[in-house]
Amino acid sequence: MMQERLLELQEEALQKVAAASELKELNEVRVAYLGKKGPITEVLRGMGKLSAEERPKIGALANEVREAIATKIEEKQKALETAAVNAKLATETIDVTLPGRPVNKGNLHPLTRIVEEIEDLFIGMGYTVAEGPEVESDYYNFEALNLPKSHPARDMQDSFYITDEILMRTHTSPVQARTMEKHKGQGPVKIICPGKVYRRDNDDATHSHQFQQIEGLVIDENISMSDLKGTLDVFAKKVFGQDREIRLRPSFFPFTEPSVEVDISCKICSGKGCSVCKKTGWIEVLGAGIVHPNVLEMAGFDSKKYSGFAFGMGVERIAMLKYGVDDIRHFYTNDVRFLKQFNHHEA
Amino acid sequence: MFVSYKWLQDYVDLSGINATELADKITKSGIEVEGVEKKSEGLKGVVIGHVLEREQHPNADKLNKCQVDIGAENPVQIICGAPNVDKGQKVAVATVGAVLPGNFKIKKAKLRGEESHGMICSLQELGFESKLVSKDYATGIFVFPNDVEVGKDALEELGLSDEVLELGLTPNRSDALSMLGVAYEVGAILGREVKWPVVEKEEAAEKATDYISVKVEAKEDNPIYMAKIIKDVKIGPSPLWMQTRLMSAGIRPHNNVVDITNYILLEYGQPLHAFDYDRFGSKEIVIRRAKDAEKIVTLDEAERTLTPDHLVITNGSEPVAIAGVMGGADSEVKNDTTNIIIESAYFAGTVVRKASKDHGLRSEASARFEKGVDPARVREAGERAAQLIAQYAGGTVLQGAAEVDELSMEPAVISITLEKINTLLGTSMTVSVVESIFKRLQFGVELDNETFTITVPTRRGDITIEADLVEEAARLYGYDNIPVTLPIGSANPGQLTDYQIKRRKARRTLEGAGLYQAVTYSLTSQEKASQFALEARESIRLAMPISEERSQLRLSIVPQLLEVVKYNNARQIDSLALYEIGSVFFKRDEQELPEEKEHVAGAITGLWESHLWQGEKKPVDFFVAKGVIEALFDTLGLADQISYRQAEINDMHPGRTAEVLLNGEVIGFIGQVHPTVQKDLDIKETYIFELSLKALAEAEVAPIAYQTIPRYPSTTRDIALVVEQATKAGDIQDIIEEAGGKLLKEVSIFDLYEGERMEEGKKSIAYSLKYYDPERTLTDEDITKAHDKVLEAVKEKAGAELRG
Ligand SMILES: [Zn+2]
Repeated sequence: MMQERLLELQEEALQKVAAASELKELNEVRVAYLGKKGPITEVLRGMGKLSAEERPKIGALANEVREAIATKIEEKQKALETAAVNAKLATETIDVTLPGRPVNKGNLHPLTRIVEEIEDLFIGMGYTVAEGPEVESDYYNFEALNLPKSHPARDMQDSFYITDEILMRTHTSPVQARTMEKHKGQGPVKIICPGKVYRRDNDDATHSHQFQQIEGLVIDENISMSDLKGTLDVFAKKVFGQDREIRLRPSFFPFTEPSVEVDISCKICSGKGCSVCKKTGWIEVLGAGIVHPNVLEMAGFDSKKYSGFAFGMGVERIAMLKYGVDDIRHFYTNDVRFLKQFNHHEA
Repeated sequence: MFVSYKWLQDYVDLSGINATELADKITKSGIEVEGVEKKSEGLKGVVIGHVLEREQHPNADKLNKCQVDIGAENPVQIICGAPNVDKGQKVAVATVGAVLPGNFKIKKAKLRGEESHGMICSLQELGFESKLVSKDYATGIFVFPNDVEVGKDALEELGLSDEVLELGLTPNRSDALSMLGVAYEVGAILGREVKWPVVEKEEAAEKATDYISVKVEAKEDNPIYMAKIIKDVKIGPSPLWMQTRLMSAGIRPHNNVVDITNYILLEYGQPLHAFDYDRFGSKEIVIRRAKDAEKIVTLDEAERTLTPDHLVITNGSEPVAIAGVMGGADSEVKNDTTNIIIESAYFAGTVVRKASKDHGLRSEASARFEKGVDPARVREAGERAAQLIAQYAGGTVLQGAAEVDELSMEPAVISITLEKINTLLGTSMTVSVVESIFKRLQFGVELDNETFTITVPTRRGDITIEADLVEEAARLYGYDNIPVTLPIGSANPGQLTDYQIKRRKARRTLEGAGLYQAVTYSLTSQEKASQFALEARESIRLAMPISEERSQLRLSIVPQLLEVVKYNNARQIDSLALYEIGSVFFKRDEQELPEEKEHVAGAITGLWESHLWQGEKKPVDFFVAKGVIEALFDTLGLADQISYRQAEINDMHPGRTAEVLLNGEVIGFIGQVHPTVQKDLDIKETYIFELSLKALAEAEVAPIAYQTIPRYPSTTRDIALVVEQATKAGDIQDIIEEAGGKLLKEVSIFDLYEGERMEEGKKSIAYSLKYYDPERTLTDEDITKAHDKVLEAVKEKAGAELRG
């Protein structure tokens, strides 16, 4: 009898557990069946009437029944709790496509960006970054670079002079002259010189009275034109892309001999010829050459022992080519809509 | 320099190589060809016509009705408006169906009731620039010499189907300012011979010296001068082929004598001048420096005042030409000239440059003298000119020349080893490769083992040292053939200096704080140069500024940044934050370079935070800007060394400006631009700062030393102090820190109240004080002891009252 009663109670309780839809309801089931005043306890209380043989059997069964009910209640409780949490979270749903809270973030000027990139490339090849004054003496700006006062390429009209002997530097080459002088005839010298320079030009889409240059100089024993070619090849591939080629064309600068102009293959047409490269497939990017023996000697280097190469480029030109900027004045107007575009790392 | 492809073939064989291929080869080996132009490209249908009849158009005064033989079965009728058209002329006729420049197509037309089957053309209509058209035809049609054949291609006759290479010459390659010079270059590239013009002398028995004498008083300026005399010439047009060659080179034809002097200039690179012998004014030529204030009227009818810097040709008493620059009007060759003097001379570059600059006269002749002509060609050029004049203008060349020749013409001799060439280029050329290069250049070559002794012809005045020979070898060997290597040798660590690293850190920090880097001009106006200057020192002015706006070197960066704010504000960009790192310049002694200091400056305006859809919006204020520079000081490890002091600075808001001090020295300022200045500039409320980056980067920084992470709990006590309105929070903080002793680890402000509930002239500041001992847990007693000292100190030193 008692056995049947217990199984009946189990059946009844499990049905109620299954039917419970709220934690409160479930708790009522727990109290009703498992509590001290519940029917199972009541059944057990009547165990005294049983034989000594039956008593442990019924006791064991009663425990089984209690356990079965308790397990189900626990399971049900977890399910109900999860459902309750889910229901609450459902009410907290937000629109994830709304914009995030902006973090203020500025970036480098495109010219500085180019300069830092080139500096880092050459630092990796063992160069140091040399700098010098923007207002220079005529000596370092011209004379020490094989441009004596009588040189036809010198014209007061082209430079911003302050006095007869002091001017706004017209290129970063005086930094080379100063650095060489500091080395007192002892190689090696391996420097990269970035900086602002000034020419007496009216500003328009392609001219700026102030612009930036970056120059490089290497002096050591046995430095050759092929070393220059190799170095510029590394430069062109890093700055303009791995698939770029360089071409050297003979040219003339007073401070180098031989002198070359360096072209890179046109990205737009892959060298086939287009309007950007004026149908040549090549774009002129920089000037370079083997350091003129007069320049070496003037700085105290023995030109029989040492040789060197130098190269120089306009940072604006590099930036214009690399980013497709069409007017040099953009770099100095500082329209925020322009500045903002140079904000992320490129491969 | 413009080089006609056809004309060049007079001096060097170009078979098997077209103009474009030639241009490419020239460019690759040293002279940049900037373009190859064929003027007749896209044009067609223009033939030589013969005007058989001309009569007045019945219905129009200014039109002519012409019957023109164009080599077709029947003559055609053409209505022509040119004032100079006439019966018997040979002219260029654009026939029906012809295409002229600008894709202008010729159709059959009716003009005032008369049919017109084509157009008689002026040179301009065929694509010649007006400045190249002879004055005779400047306003009308071009008239051909009578011997041209009717029906032939007129474009061909005018040299328009020729291809012209435009050479961009670097200053050292003045040798290529002549057809012969280009021929040497092309000969060297192609390995072909150079053919010189043949000068066959045909001279009268009469001697030139009987007519004229030459005396040079300035021999350094003019070491060689020759004067040839040609008698009985007849001035007229030069042959058509010569005119077309001159025009292809960019020179306008005048008359036979002038054209021949220009032709020789192009052929030899030797400028010549022709004087009218009968108008010369004497029988002697004296070359000397001009006297002070001496005057001459030049060919362009301008009276010019001379100085002893200028070299002049005189007739013994008066200047008749500015040497190498321009002739005088009095002795000009005119239509009635019959006897002429041809001058061929070498004038020094410096004296010609001076005169051409002083008088603003740059000509084909002066350009060549300035860069240096080949002295070896003076004589031959003069002789050839005389012969061509006799040939094309009639007349007789008198025997010999009146001349002074004290030119010492030693060609440069340079020795160089094969090894030197290969080492400098990184190549492994053989002796024979290098030898053949020098031979192709027609240099004198002597070879001793592997040492070359090179004799450089005078035409290549640019070659004076070994390196010049290396360049010749490199460019003719071909730069494409030079290997690609990297320098080997002692390796140094490549790295930035401490200063450079700090500058980059400053950039990163300011960018991270939300500021964009700007780059502005160093040159500015007098007014802006010293506005907002950190140091009141004298600014520097350029000797010859382009404009007042860019006449002065800046003493501060802020005015330039405010210009940028203005620019952006004017374009509806109200919120922006910018910084710039750049040099400012302070005047020192006149002979000394100025002092250059690198500054960092910033300008911030508009909204600092705006997250509008959540309703958040925070305009920029003083403390936003201050937070930015505090971040900068923190990055540079200087936070402890910086202090601020309320300050009054010109053009700054008097109540919202502070000086920034580094260890007690003023190194910058921060604050709001004065509202009046903001209004003048038409910018919104803007906060700025400018600091000496040099001072910041050079300050000593404590090394980083690890501090134990707290193991014991800390205790925080808050206090609210009521103080006088004028009392500075920073001062109170200093008092608290000093009084708190070593247990007081942190002091921060968490509230500021200046509202109505305060007594007039007072404010309340609340501080949070954190006590901590790394060795133990503090007892209440310990803390109270320290805290009481703080309370006492603020009461005593800042007159603060503890607020309940
Ligand atoms: Zn291209």
